[in-house]
Amino acid sequence: MLKVIDSAIPVECWSCAVAHNESTLFCPHCSKIQPPPGGDYFSVFSLVPRLDLDLGMLEHQFHKLSRKLHPDRYARASENEKDWSLADTALLNDAYRTLRDPIRRTEYLLKLRGAEIGEEHAGKDRKDPSRVPADLLEEAFDLNMQLEEMRMSKKIGDTDPELQSGLEQAKKKYNDMLDGVDSDLRAQWQVWDDGEEGARKESEKKMVALLDRRRYISNLVRDVTETLAT
Amino acid sequence: MAAEGRVVGIDLGTTNSLVAYMEGDKPVVIPGVDGSNLVPSVVALDPMPKDGNGRPTVTVGNSARRTLVETPERVIYSVKRLMGRGLEEVQSELKFFPFRLADDVEAGEVPRIQLGEMRFTPPEISAYILRQLKRNAERFFGSPVTQAVITVPAYFNDAQRQATKDAGRMAGLEVLRLVNEPTAAALAYGLDRNKEGLIAVYDFGGGTFDISILKLSDGIFEVQSTNGDTHLGGDDIDNLLLAIALDEIHSEHGIDLRQHPGAVQALRKSAIDAKIRLSSEPVAQFDVELPNGDRYQREIPREVFEQLIEPVLNRTAGPCKQALADAGVTPEQIDEVVLVGGSTRIPAVRKLVENLFHLAARGKKPHIELNPDEVVALGAAVQADILAGASATTEEMLLLDVTPLSLGIEALGGTVAKIIQRNSTIPASATEHFTTGVDGQTNVAIHVVQGERELAADCRSLARFDLKGIPPMSAGLPRIEVKFLIDADGILQVSAREQRSGQQSQIEVKPTYGLTDEQVESMILDSFDNAEADFAKRLLIEARNEADSILTKVEQAQSNPAWSQLRGEEIAAIESTRNHLSAARSGDDLNAIREATIALDKSTHRLAELMMDAAVTSAIRGKTMGEAGEQLNEDLTAPHPMAPAEFR
Repeated sequence: MLKVIDSAIPVECWSCAVAHNESTLFCPHCSKIQPPPGGDYFSVFSLVPRLDLDLGMLEHQFHKLSRKLHPDRYARASENEKDWSLADTALLNDAYRTLRDPIRRTEYLLKLRGAEIGEEHAGKDRKDPSRVPADLLEEAFDLNMQLEEMRMSKKIGDTDPELQSGLEQAKKKYNDMLDGVDSDLRAQWQVWDDGEEGARKESEKKMVALLDRRRYISNLVRDVTETLAT
Repeated sequence: MAAEGRVVGIDLGTTNSLVAYMEGDKPVVIPGVDGSNLVPSVVALDPMPKDGNGRPTVTVGNSARRTLVETPERVIYSVKRLMGRGLEEVQSELKFFPFRLADDVEAGEVPRIQLGEMRFTPPEISAYILRQLKRNAERFFGSPVTQAVITVPAYFNDAQRQATKDAGRMAGLEVLRLVNEPTAAALAYGLDRNKEGLIAVYDFGGGTFDISILKLSDGIFEVQSTNGDTHLGGDDIDNLLLAIALDEIHSEHGIDLRQHPGAVQALRKSAIDAKIRLSSEPVAQFDVELPNGDRYQREIPREVFEQLIEPVLNRTAGPCKQALADAGVTPEQIDEVVLVGGSTRIPAVRKLVENLFHLAARGKKPHIELNPDEVVALGAAVQADILAGASATTEEMLLLDVTPLSLGIEALGGTVAKIIQRNSTIPASATEHFTTGVDGQTNVAIHVVQGERELAADCRSLARFDLKGIPPMSAGLPRIEVKFLIDADGILQVSAREQRSGQQSQIEVKPTYGLTDEQVESMILDSFDNAEADFAKRLLIEARNEADSILTKVEQAQSNPAWSQLRGEEIAAIESTRNHLSAARSGDDLNAIREATIALDKSTHRLAELMMDAAVTSAIRGKTMGEAGEQLNEDLTAPHPMAPAEFR
């Protein structure tokens, strides 16, 4: 889960002592940099959580905030301001990295909403059977056999043109499937962004399933690509 | 005083180092006392004082390089290749260099290099170079300099960065920022034009190779990806040429020059000269007189040279392709390519770059307008100006750099759980939660690594630390939050907190490689260095020392055979400038001493060259057979370049 640094609200500005109610990077009164605010990645960009984002605007905002927050701007400031600049900029960078990527953004929002997301880096076994989409179970099994065969024949310096073209077709097929998943995800973005709480809950379930499916397929694509390349 | 002083930009290079600053709206390199912009990254230990007391003085730069042939065991160069490295890595690196490790070095320590009768860690050696640059700047400004930006290869890991920062501190410099070399070069290029678009910086220096891809927009220099090899540079090319010469001399003339470190150094210089000549000429020669009166003569046509170095150059292609892939762009999308580093003067390198980025087909040429030896220092000066603030030229500029390597934690079974991916914009952070596995456990050990491999053993170990003082609870109940933060210098900071009890856990981060704070403190060079009251006095003392050093060298040179090769008017010029300096040296006029020093240095230029040329021969002849035999048994000295020719 996202780390929220304890910040009692309302907070007083360290510099001008005026209280500000919202978590904020700069004091609305004196404009001085503040310790990292609580709140989510969206709030860093003064956005409410949503999935369909204008990436041009996001980048523009990222640059604007970077200019004001970056440690380069505080090289000769007080130790406290230096520390906050470092922490705030790290938060800004982490937020931008997450939000600009459609998949990371979706995963992040779902996690904010309390969903369980299988994460690649969490070391979950990607062949974990419970995560295999049912309709792909048989196909995936066959594909893995083919991959194994390919690796074996490559090892002994053999190339089987039939196997090769079969795998290339499979790669194309799964890539198309990924595109399909992506457009389904986008459709769910709209549902979530425009929907009421009930509709959102429904759409979250669908997105969790879509992300699982996507992760599984993209691992297949990666395996095929790697095997063909070696 | 110091806080608002000037901030200088320093390129601490493998072969040469430079210091630069912003003069108005232009970055300018500050020349050394000999008028040269480049300070060779060579550190020499002068002979022990005759009375046997005190420490021998350390010299840096051109004067240190001159002693390379006569007393190679008291000189070290290319120390950057040893920065932040562990014992084993240094040992393998030393196969290619004539330095030897101190014999009492233990595993887990920062390795120390034996130099004459003294021992130094790589950061200490670098500190001497930095101190020289600091002094050059102070001499130039006439006031103390205490803050600097120092450049590092983009692909430097945490330990190498920390070692560089430590060196700065030892030299009496507050290092305001470490900047990646290719990014610095981009800053220097981007200064006088409002460029937008994607640029690639191909930085092939003396010992390291970096590639960075940046997006420029509205004064923001945003690095998209970076890659490289901290073990690849012009040194590798020199070593190849040297290997051929050594092998041929051995097989054709029956002389194993490897037993004569001084002669190898002189031959190495010929190899470097040949390499440099081949960038502009179709052919270069080795022509060296051997001890038995034979001459080793060898022509190297450019085609042969290019074939020879092709494998070295090709090693730069992989990182370039990876950087493009990581940035998610094709070669055609790169608008401009900037060449940095002395090795990019080689025509074959330029051709390779044109191919890699499909430049010729698009009617483009790589950028070489700025001197590739100086551009990194110039960029460092720009970044120094940004940090100093209050400059109209740079107030709209901002550099957003990335971490070159993924950061991970060793998980069960020795696998790596990546917590910050490579090419993440820095500062970057990640928060992880840990718990205990046994009831009442109060410590949790964490191992942090850097690298892309799946097993921790294959990655670079950064640090191990213990989360201590966890309140005793049932296994799995404590919830310790650890925050990892990579700062704007690319260096890791860690903090931790136990959440159930709210206690701040104690952590002691033990870097796997590197010096402790106390060690760095004890290695600080001349702590009086920064006292302003002493400043004028110090300048005078330094100027006198420099004068003495050159006077002694000229004195000694009179017994060198090279002296007799000088023309009458050359000797007269040396005598006159020498008398002049002797007179100025006894006075208190700082500028008079400096000017006279420069004059003597200039008038002895040809003498120095003649001595260098004669060196191969004399270095060998100067040794008796007995001495040569002794050296054979001196296995402590690492075998010199290309020991058994590893030449395919």
